[in-house]
Amino acid sequence: MQALGLDVLFKGKNMVRLLGGLWVALKISIISVAISIPLGIILGMLMTSKNKVIRGILRVYLEFIRIMPQMVLLFIVFFETTRVWGWDLKGETASVIVFAMWGTAEMSDLVRGALISIPKHQYESGSALGLTKLQVYLYIIIPQTVRRLIPLSINLITRMIKTTSLILLIGVVEVLKVAQQIIEANRMVSPNSAFGVYLTVFLLYFIACWPISMLAKYLERKWNT
Amino acid sequence: MENEILKIEHIKKSFGDNIILDDLSLSVYQGEVIVIVGPSGCGKSTLLRCINALEGIQEGHIYLEGEEIKKDSKNLPKLREKIGMVFQSYDLFPHLSVMDNILLAPLKVQKRNKSEVIAEARALLERIGLADKENSYPRELSGGQKQRIAIVRALCMHPEILLFDEVTAALDPEMVREVLDVMLSLAKQGRTMLIVTHEMQFAKAVADRVIFLDGGHIIEEAKPCEFFENPKTERAKQFLNMFEFDAVKDSSK
Amino acid sequence: MNWDVIFKYIPLYKKAAWLTLRLGVLGIVFAILVGAICAVIAYYRVPVLKRIVAVYIELSRNTPLLVQLFFIYYGLPKVGVSVDAEVCGVVGLAFLGGSYMAEAFRSGLEAVDKIQTESAYSLGLSRAKTMRYVILPQAVSISVPAFMANIIFLLKETSVFSAISLMDLMFTAKDLIGLYYKTTECLFLLVVFYLIILLPISILGSVLERRLRYAGFGA
Repeated sequence: MQALGLDVLFKGKNMVRLLGGLWVALKISIISVAISIPLGIILGMLMTSKNKVIRGILRVYLEFIRIMPQMVLLFIVFFETTRVWGWDLKGETASVIVFAMWGTAEMSDLVRGALISIPKHQYESGSALGLTKLQVYLYIIIPQTVRRLIPLSINLITRMIKTTSLILLIGVVEVLKVAQQIIEANRMVSPNSAFGVYLTVFLLYFIACWPISMLAKYLERKWNT
Repeated sequence: MENEILKIEHIKKSFGDNIILDDLSLSVYQGEVIVIVGPSGCGKSTLLRCINALEGIQEGHIYLEGEEIKKDSKNLPKLREKIGMVFQSYDLFPHLSVMDNILLAPLKVQKRNKSEVIAEARALLERIGLADKENSYPRELSGGQKQRIAIVRALCMHPEILLFDEVTAALDPEMVREVLDVMLSLAKQGRTMLIVTHEMQFAKAVADRVIFLDGGHIIEEAKPCEFFENPKTERAKQFLNMFEFDAVKDSSK
Repeated sequence: MNWDVIFKYIPLYKKAAWLTLRLGVLGIVFAILVGAICAVIAYYRVPVLKRIVAVYIELSRNTPLLVQLFFIYYGLPKVGVSVDAEVCGVVGLAFLGGSYMAEAFRSGLEAVDKIQTESAYSLGLSRAKTMRYVILPQAVSISVPAFMANIIFLLKETSVFSAISLMDLMFTAKDLIGLYYKTTECLFLLVVFYLIILLPISILGSVLERRLRYAGFGA
């Protein structure tokens, strides 16, 4: 145990501190996803609108967000606001802003994809039955898109959780930062603790993400048949 | 006795508890055209798929010219070269042109001379009226054209026996004829063929023997005129009746 | 914005971009190899190996690259496996990307109609030849969009390399901001350089995707 550095985890409140760090990451992901989903749905629907100007502007904005590494976005929001504009933006707040922007872009792309994947004859056969446009959306299109979207949105949660690991690099105290602190504090007594502690962080992330991606996979399989 | 090409002995095939073929035996002789008919789910397609071991069998034996065909045997590809098979649809390779579809197996499997195979393929394409399509891709062809080319592709391997698995079932009515005509001319040339079809008029014209399959058994085996005019079993009668309609309106008025 | 500063910094960014690209491309090449092997194992349902592949894919897809890198770079040396930072970056990227590439290949392989295999078999093609001449060419072109998306994803992921003190674009930007406080200029260059790397691939991806869609495989 000592050789692998697992012993430090059972010292004092170390495990609790690690879990607390994980909770910071999870909290930021949950808030960001909660903002992303409604905003993404609205933007996704706007992106299928007939207005070319709206579509063009949205497209450029969303493609930019999607093509930039999330790290770059974090840096822009964090350093630009704090250093250049002199705001006292905390790392957590900057992260939520960036992840919500990114999540919205991803979500809107999923919504757009789901909407255009519904074959035209679905709209037509709805109208042929005498349904109004609203009824066609309400009873035919939305139920089909929702089934497609739910597994993908759940997947977005795991992607978000994994991405939150980046906030370490703008100084937010999350699970990796706590891990660093624990390793540093025990450098003398347990020089090998980096192995055990980082392995634990690896597994903690896995435990947080795996059930969620299993759920997404299960729903996808169930509804695709 | 004529030359026996294919011999099927007491084969049994099941998927789990579901028995598809039960103690089925059949011999096919050189130059013979056998048409297999029967209700859907009777096992006719499965029978063809067992013959070239796309499906394994649980009991019994299948021999091609005396050599046993088994799903896991080493020389299976060698045996399959001698069995040409055409499927219901979508079996041309979409990433290859018509000519490359035809050339693939003769060149890569039989290692034959390229120009010789090309000449043969052109002659066959000519005969089915598709000489101008050799550089087309499958997506540019109609369903009937694709099926005719699939037949040519099988022929270029010089098979001993041809299996046709409902080759016209997915086609539009006006294309069925062109495919059946190709098969009729093959029969005229004396090819050995096993055909699964729902085209009863065609079956009557092309077959030496008709086999009626139901519930995994051969229920009736007869010459086509006997089978279609005068079926002996009740089940065959019921089956053939499905293709007849009684007028519901009085046309004399 | 101070353009003199920008021109002064460009050589530093160029050097960093080169590192990002070099490690990114190497990592992606290995990811493709790992992915192809895993996909074939999963496709043929090779006993035992398919279990290992399944576990690997879940582990790789459900953990962040940054954590994987920390474990490889800081954790493994404690049990006697020392890795150079560059090697660690490439290995990490291949470990992460392997599972994404495997999924792309596998879905391509599975999208090829079963009847294609059967008609190849009935023409006498062996298993290996069927894979090589019939299944693989179709599977690869079906996988292209997912494949390109993965390449972009992996290149973006290289931005965490700075955490194991590799002097990539992020590292350079952060370093310069810390030293000279030219924040806006540094961030501007960061964005420009990532766009130079990522935009062409993204455009190529959508061109390829459109082409393949019109080529209309299948029916």
